[in-house]
Amino acid sequence: MTAADLVVHPANPSRDLADAMAAAGLTFSTTDHLEHDGPLDWDLLIVELGEEPLRRLRMVERLAEQSAVPVLAVVDPSQVGLVETAVGVADFVIAPVGNVELGVRVRRLTIRTGSDEVLDFKDLRLNVLTYQATLAGQPVDLTFMEYELLRFFVEHHGRAWSREQLLSKVWGYEYYGGARTVDVHVRRLRSKLGESRASWITTVRSVGYRFG
Amino acid sequence: MSPGKQAEYVLRTVEERGIRFVRLWFTDVQGFLKSVSISPAELETAFEEGMTFDGSSIDGYARVQEADMLAVPDPATFQVLPMRGDEQVARMFCDIVTPDGAAFEGDPRGVLKRNLAEASDLGFNFYVAPELEYFYFQDAGPEPKVLDHGGYFDLTPLDLAQEFRRKTINVLELMGIPVEHSHHEVAPSQHEIIARYTDALTMADNIMTFRLTVKEVALEHGIYATFMPKPLENHDGSGMHLHLSLFEGDRNAFYEPGSDNGLSKVGQQFIAGLLHHASELTAVTNQWVNSYKRLVAGFEAPIYISWARNNQSALVRVPTVKKGKPSSVRVEYRAADASCNPYLALSVLLAAGLAGIRNNYELPPEVASDINRLTSAERAAAGVDRLPATLADALDRMERSELVASALGEHVFDWFLRNKREEWDRYQHHVSRFELETYLPVL
Repeated sequence: MTAADLVVHPANPSRDLADAMAAAGLTFSTTDHLEHDGPLDWDLLIVELGEEPLRRLRMVERLAEQSAVPVLAVVDPSQVGLVETAVGVADFVIAPVGNVELGVRVRRLTIRTGSDEVLDFKDLRLNVLTYQATLAGQPVDLTFMEYELLRFFVEHHGRAWSREQLLSKVWGYEYYGGARTVDVHVRRLRSKLGESRASWITTVRSVGYRFG
Repeated sequence: MSPGKQAEYVLRTVEERGIRFVRLWFTDVQGFLKSVSISPAELETAFEEGMTFDGSSIDGYARVQEADMLAVPDPATFQVLPMRGDEQVARMFCDIVTPDGAAFEGDPRGVLKRNLAEASDLGFNFYVAPELEYFYFQDAGPEPKVLDHGGYFDLTPLDLAQEFRRKTINVLELMGIPVEHSHHEVAPSQHEIIARYTDALTMADNIMTFRLTVKEVALEHGIYATFMPKPLENHDGSGMHLHLSLFEGDRNAFYEPGSDNGLSKVGQQFIAGLLHHASELTAVTNQWVNSYKRLVAGFEAPIYISWARNNQSALVRVPTVKKGKPSSVRVEYRAADASCNPYLALSVLLAAGLAGIRNNYELPPEVASDINRLTSAERAAAGVDRLPATLADALDRMERSELVASALGEHVFDWFLRNKREEWDRYQHHVSRFELETYLPVL
């Protein structure tokens, strides 16, 4: 698996956090901007509450409305109480941050499934070693790209993806078929999943698709 | 995505699913589906080297002295076939190559790929949605026996075949061919299934799969399904209206907000190209003697070369698009029938449309009235020509067409003309029922 796409907010993280990330062997990018129009394709967002905890928690809450990027909050001991009811915060670490603990928490949040072999979503099961898909135990006959798209959806369910993101992440950059390919494959997947499950893939207006 | 990974997916699936046979499918020049079954053990070799077969026994492929051909399966088209009982069977479409590894120029799928590459060089992806019409008859005998006397959109109890149609759609959906909708057509026992758009290569493969599926489901129910263009003299024939669009990445190249007909310059040029070359390419989109029995007045088939936004007699129609759906702006080419070779038909239509774009053809004015009702003088004044009236006529036009020659390639172009001339000659020898009934009593 490629390294997870970790993003730290704000763009000038504390020395303490930056050192712990480096010591844990985690590479990351930073951003000051959490207000995006489209979905964010990060694997994990690390937010340091720092000097303005309430404002940043509000931004995290707003972000959670439009994307399913998990958020790890870095909090001072005095800020722990704020996290209790915070929306969109998946986990937190207390500053000063220990690199071992940080590494474990980051990996916990970026591991995509419990098992390497099998991905489950409701009564859908994908075996990633044998490439087989079953619905309620019955095999589903997918083409390779349908399988890959479905697997990507299951691995990243609950968040919206643009067509371009799906194209680059599932088909790869060398594919020139055009973003409509995604629509075509989504239609095919819906028809193979059958009427009662077709709604697992929802069209997100002016964004793209969300699974689950 | 590397082809290696796709092939691996196929090999794993064949193993996991206990697939006994893999059918390698390809198409001859007239659009008949050909199939070679191989066992899973041979699959890896097939991917790496292709399966050898005798090309001289495939219509339009090769002369005896250059007979050896290789069918190389395209793993992206791998599909387990539903409805085979206990036996698990899968299929893949093949590309045909010569022993030295070059794409074989007589392979219709290769012809379409070459034309799609030309569109791609101009930045376009070609998308297609077909409306396929066909009849159910009681058997394949020479006198068609209809199953019902239902009409357009009719429901049970007249529409006995509804059940077959529903089953067919189920199978199509399981094979990843989504269906937009289906209904009883105008003629008795006639049905229509509209497939959702997809890229042209996949759609040509899908049309092949579709025709087979319709026929197989019918056979299972002890009836016969046919895509013959005009089986019943006094009723509408079966066509295949083709909805065509070009996309530049995510953007519909035919759409332009604020233009008077919703069409961009590219869209207008594409239509102009279709109209300009329509008579040259009709032999390909309507390839049988019988195809021209459908293209006559009074049965909702186009006869004259014109376009309109909403006029069922036009050859090219620009369907009304729901507000806020610019991606569905498209042109509908209404002459083709479902018994064409879809790879070749889409090739020549695309080539005609691209010629319109490249050479900046002027789009003639829309003909909004029913052209069939105009006098020939009025049609001449409006600059409206007729589509070829017979196969012979169409072949004459095709033979002089540089566009069709280059779209099909010399090999297919020559073979097609030769083969179809022979068909016409055979037909010329035939004394029809019409002649006997009309002439024998009086002459």
